[in-house]
Amino acid sequence: MADFDRELDASGLNCPLPILRAKKTLADMESGQVLHIIATDPGSVKDFEAFAKQTGNELMSSGEEGGKFTFLMKKS
Amino acid sequence: MTEKKLAIIATKGTLDWAYPPFILASTAAALGYETEIFFTFYGLQLLKKDLTLQVSPLGNPGMPMPMPVPILLQALPGMQSMMTMMMKQKMKSKGVASVEELRELCVEAEVRLVACQMTVDLFEFDTKDFIDGIEFGGAATFFEFAGESDICMYI
Repeated sequence: MADFDRELDASGLNCPLPILRAKKTLADMESGQVLHIIATDPGSVKDFEAFAKQTGNELMSSGEEGGKFTFLMKKS
Repeated sequence: MTEKKLAIIATKGTLDWAYPPFILASTAAALGYETEIFFTFYGLQLLKKDLTLQVSPLGNPGMPMPMPVPILLQALPGMQSMMTMMMKQKMKSKGVASVEELRELCVEAEVRLVACQMTVDLFEFDTKDFIDGIEFGGAATFFEFAGESDICMYI
């Protein structure tokens, strides 16, 4: 069973697109649901932290795997 | 949490300078800011339906060049189009959004776009050439929003 409800692949996209796509995807989700985000933009690591802090959505985890950055974000 | 406000004045009409206002406005909107961009002087080019923005290496010693080009050669016909083409290709290869795409995201996020009426008259722009949904106003219109903003920037 996947530990997330939706997935967003923002690979190859640069600032600010990963954030904007995540925001759009979260808008279609229910409160408490979890979004799995994949990105290749190194700047997205700090940006998703800042996004979570300012929007109230919880950044549950942030990691790197084979040159890709992955995030789990729970909608507030 | 009350909504924060961001006010931007966009004054430049080149491809490179089209990015900061649209990147910041779209991101601010995603973060929950109520956002307005006031377009004045050359910034009005960013509101045209058909964007023909260019970038010039002339008078811009900070522009990274793939190879050094002497300043006098930079003034030759065709150089500007060539630099613009190269810049667009570079941006595409790096996954940087196009100006059109970022502007569309701003419109979707209900960023208020205001064209400076005085400059529209000054340059005799045809308002039919601008995208739909924009407003027209003057300095006082800008201050009505900017005066209550949390962040205000001039680009």
